[in-house]
Amino acid sequence: MRKIWIGTVLSCSLTFIGCGGGEKPAETAKSEATAPAGGGGTATPDEVNGGTITGKVAFTGDKPKMATLDMSAQPKCEAAHKGEVVKSQEVVVNSNGTLKNAFVWIKSGLPDKQWAIPANAVSLDQHGCMYEPHVIGIVAGQNIEVKNSDPTNHNIHPMPQVNADWNESQSPGEPPKMKTFPRQEVMIPVKCNVHPWMRSYIGVVSSPFFAVTGDDGTFTIKGLPPGTYTIEVWHEKYGTQDQQVTVGAKESKTVDFSIKG
Amino acid sequence: MHPTFVDSVWLRRYAALVVCSAFALVVAGGLVTSNDAALAIPDWPLNWGRLIPPLEANIRYEFAHRVLALITALLTAGLAVKLRTRLAWTALAAVLVQAGLGGVLVKYIDPAWAAVVHAALAQLFFGITVALVGQVSDLPRAPAPFIAAVALFAQTVLGAAVRHHIASLIPHIFGAVVATILVMWAGLSTLMTHMDHPALRRPALALLSLTFSQVFLGIAAYMARAATADAPQPMPLMVWITVAHVAVGSLAFGAAVVLAGQSAQPASLPQRTAEA
Repeated sequence: MRKIWIGTVLSCSLTFIGCGGGEKPAETAKSEATAPAGGGGTATPDEVNGGTITGKVAFTGDKPKMATLDMSAQPKCEAAHKGEVVKSQEVVVNSNGTLKNAFVWIKSGLPDKQWAIPANAVSLDQHGCMYEPHVIGIVAGQNIEVKNSDPTNHNIHPMPQVNADWNESQSPGEPPKMKTFPRQEVMIPVKCNVHPWMRSYIGVVSSPFFAVTGDDGTFTIKGLPPGTYTIEVWHEKYGTQDQQVTVGAKESKTVDFSIKG
Repeated sequence: MHPTFVDSVWLRRYAALVVCSAFALVVAGGLVTSNDAALAIPDWPLNWGRLIPPLEANIRYEFAHRVLALITALLTAGLAVKLRTRLAWTALAAVLVQAGLGGVLVKYIDPAWAAVVHAALAQLFFGITVALVGQVSDLPRAPAPFIAAVALFAQTVLGAAVRHHIASLIPHIFGAVVATILVMWAGLSTLMTHMDHPALRRPALALLSLTFSQVFLGIAAYMARAATADAPQPMPLMVWITVAHVAVGSLAFGAAVVLAGQSAQPASLPQRTAEA
C-alpha cells in the first residue's frame, strides 16, 4: 500500500511540474541586453570614417532541385498560394548565379567593445505558412517582432544551443510578439511544430556587422573600424566558409565567396 | 485466485479494451514523434489555452494523443479499482506518470532524456496491461521467454534513443541481433516442448512471427529515413513505416510478456490462474 501511495505522489508531482506550459518569461531574455541604443559606453558603426566590405556569394555547380512543400495538412496554407507550387527555400539560386539567404558576418578581429543594440526590431512574419524572411540577423539583445499574417494558427519554436529556447503559439490576429536572444549564436533554426515544412534561421551577432544576401546575392558591411578581420559566410545546406580581409579607414574592400553545389 | 477476473467475461473484455487502448496510445505517440508534432500544442494540461484546440495540421496528432491518454488513464483506473491488485495499481501509476512526463516534455520543450523515458514507459505500461489480461501471477519458470521480453524492452529503449538523437543506430542494430536470437530461443524451445498446449503455442508463434516482421520493418524504416533525409518535412512513407516498426515492436514485446506469463503456469494446466 505504501508503494502505491509513493507512486501516486510521484505521478502527482510530475503532473504539477508539467503544469504551466513551455513559456519562459520574455523579461529574462531582455534583461540580459540592457545597453541602450547609442548610449554611453557603447560603440556604433562609423559609416563616415569606417571601412566597408562588399561582395557576393556565388554558386557554382548544378542547381539543386528543391522539393515541393506539401501543405495539404492545412488547406488555408494551400489557399494562400493560390494553386502555385511552393518549393523549399533550402537553396535559392538567383538568376545571376548567386545564392540568396546566405548569412555573412564578421566572425573575429573586432575591437573588444560593447556594441549598441539597435532600437528597431527586426521583423519575422508568418505569411502563406512560410517564414518571411527565411534568414534574418539581429544584434544580440535586439528585438525580433514575430508576426502572424496568416488566417491560421502557428507556433514559433526557435532551437538555440546557447540561448534559452522557447516555444509559443500565435493565433491569427494576435499582436506581434517581441522576442530577443541575448547571446551571440550563428545560427538559430526556427520551426513551426504545427506546420513542419516551415523553417527559418536567425543569426545573433554581438556586433552590427553582418548581412543577409538577397535576390542579387550581394552583401555590404559598413562602418568597420580599421583592422584585419575574419569574415564568414554561412549557408543552411552548404555550411560555412571563412576569409581574411584587412580594411582601413574609409577603405572599401571586396570579398567574394564561391559555394559549390 | 482472484475470483472476479476468472468469473467475469465482461471484466476480461474490459481488460482487453485497456490493452487495445494502450496499444492505440503507443501508435498515436509514434505518429506524434514521426510527424514532429510533439510541441504543436505548446501548453499543458490545456491545449492552446482551451480544452479543445484548433484542430489544424500537426495539432491534430498531438491532441489525439492526449485524448487517447485520458481515455486510457480512465479505463486503467476503472480496472485498477475493480481488480485492486498490485499489478493493476502499478498500471494506473504508470499511466499517470506518463501523463506527468508528457507535461514535463511540453514545459521543458522536449528534452531528449524525457522523451526516451516517455517512450520506454509507454512500452512498459503496454506490457503491464498485457500481463493483466494474461493474469500473470508468478515469475516465469522458463527463463527464456522472460529474457526475451527484457531484450525486446531494451530494444524499444534503444530505438527511442535513436529516434530522439541521443544514440546512434549501431547499438539498436546490435540489440536487434541479440533480441532476435533470444526470441528464437524462447519461441522455438517453447514450441518444441509445448506444441500441444495452445496457451503456450499461440504466443510463441506470435512472438516469432512478430519479431521476424520487426527485423524487416526496421530495415525498411532505416531505408525510408535515409531516402527522405533531405526532405523539408516528414514524408508519409517514412512516417508510416516508422510507426509500424514501433507498433509491431510493442506487439512483439506483448507476445513475449504473454509467453513469459503463460510459462509460469504448470504445463498440465492449460487454463490460466488468477494473478496475485
